[in-house]
Amino acid sequence: MDFDFLRETVLLLLSGVPLSLNLAFFSILAGAVLAVLLALMRLSGNPVLDLPARAYVFVFRGTPLLVQIFLIYYGLGQFPEIRQSLLWPFLREPYWCALLALTLNTAAYSSEIIRGGILSVPFGQIEAARACGMSRWLIFRRITVPQGLRVALPAYGNEIILMTRSTALASVITLMEVTGIASKIIAETFRAVEVFVCAGAIYLILNFAISRGIAFLERRLSPQLREQGAHDHLPEPAR
Amino acid sequence: MTLASPNPSAVATRDLRKRFGANEVLKGISLDAHEGDVISILGASGSGKSTLLRCINLLEIPDEGEIVVGGETIALRIGRGGRREPVERAQVDRIRMQVAMVFQNFNLWSHMTVIENVIEAPVHVQKRPRADAIREAEALLDKVGIADKRNAYPAHLSGGQQQRAAIARALAMHPRVMLFDEPTSALDPELVGEVLRVMRTLAAEGRTMLVVTHEMGFAREVSNRVIFLNQGVIEEEGRPADLFAAPKTERLRQFLSSHLKA
Repeated sequence: MDFDFLRETVLLLLSGVPLSLNLAFFSILAGAVLAVLLALMRLSGNPVLDLPARAYVFVFRGTPLLVQIFLIYYGLGQFPEIRQSLLWPFLREPYWCALLALTLNTAAYSSEIIRGGILSVPFGQIEAARACGMSRWLIFRRITVPQGLRVALPAYGNEIILMTRSTALASVITLMEVTGIASKIIAETFRAVEVFVCAGAIYLILNFAISRGIAFLERRLSPQLREQGAHDHLPEPAR
Repeated sequence: MTLASPNPSAVATRDLRKRFGANEVLKGISLDAHEGDVISILGASGSGKSTLLRCINLLEIPDEGEIVVGGETIALRIGRGGRREPVERAQVDRIRMQVAMVFQNFNLWSHMTVIENVIEAPVHVQKRPRADAIREAEALLDKVGIADKRNAYPAHLSGGQQQRAAIARALAMHPRVMLFDEPTSALDPELVGEVLRVMRTLAAEGRTMLVVTHEMGFAREVSNRVIFLNQGVIEEEGRPADLFAAPKTERLRQFLSSHLKA
């Protein structure tokens, strides 16, 4: 084992972590805002809002993220209208293209997770809130969101982890995040196994931290479940 | 026979009609509950009794007729799509605070403790100071006999305890009228008594209550008026002693004989 090479590789790869986390953090953040909007559109009961949201989810869930990144990075520049628009200074940068693709993609998945969370709140509890004279916004804020969030959190945690890993795809449009740096080292050294093992370990550690954070949040948000053991939800074991 | 009470009207409906699709559930219901009245609403399932309660605090919007709460008529209009809707949401919310509802399935908010359930509307809707709301909520929980369950979550309570918590939640809003929609129908038989006891206490305090129930004992002993609904109309109404002893209509006779057997 060439420990000096491994140490050097890890140090180099770590310099890509800020960009990986940056892409993950901001795409998840912006994606969440868009996702809430999409979920509300789908739940509005108004076809003018519902249908575009459906179409959006269909397209972005139905095509590979890699294809979406390529289309945004290579595709948008084909249109003179975009090249002359105010957005061009952003859209010609690989960073903004990657961020946009990741955001649009996670928004589609997250909107379905959020919609499921909102729908999980028992209707009787919404009625009870209405019967107390709570306004729609107050009901949403005080009853729907806290309960929906708890239901959505495990699935949303998955999505956060998925997005953190998906940032690796940004390397295909020249971004030097962890995977981008790994590819570069491999191109120079041809030592693919060692480098990718190091890169994989870094993602593993990042996602371990994230999943611990989500588990902590889950416990914080569900005090009513804390006293029950998780095994209460499983069927009796056969004897 | 006149049933007019000297007290002012708490809630009244005039010719209330409600249909779901082709099915007309309420076919012109007029009733007048004065302050201090305890009115039991009886009827077979499908007779419209729950729908009537739900119309009174506008969980359902009646197709025709009007609702008057504390002398204030709820303004309804024909909205887009030809359905009726409230003219002013703020009025609906204001009315709902005066007309508290207790549901068959309790409908406590499962992410809040019992005390949080009770102070929710006082603090966030009525904007009362939190400390006052908590003090009052504690007194109410004591009154319904679950002071020790203050910090428990609904999932950890029995049905009877949940329903008593729901009654405390309704009382916390200082409602003018309390609507009970089959408050004991989802309970195990041995838990029915503890909820009825609380309701008897409230009646004895002079609270205005409209109670949809299958508990004939409660209707006969606690209420001062009984309304018998049949297929969306008031088939018979009067003092419980008169109605139970000498039903005038064949329908009520049949209903009573099938419900008093148990």
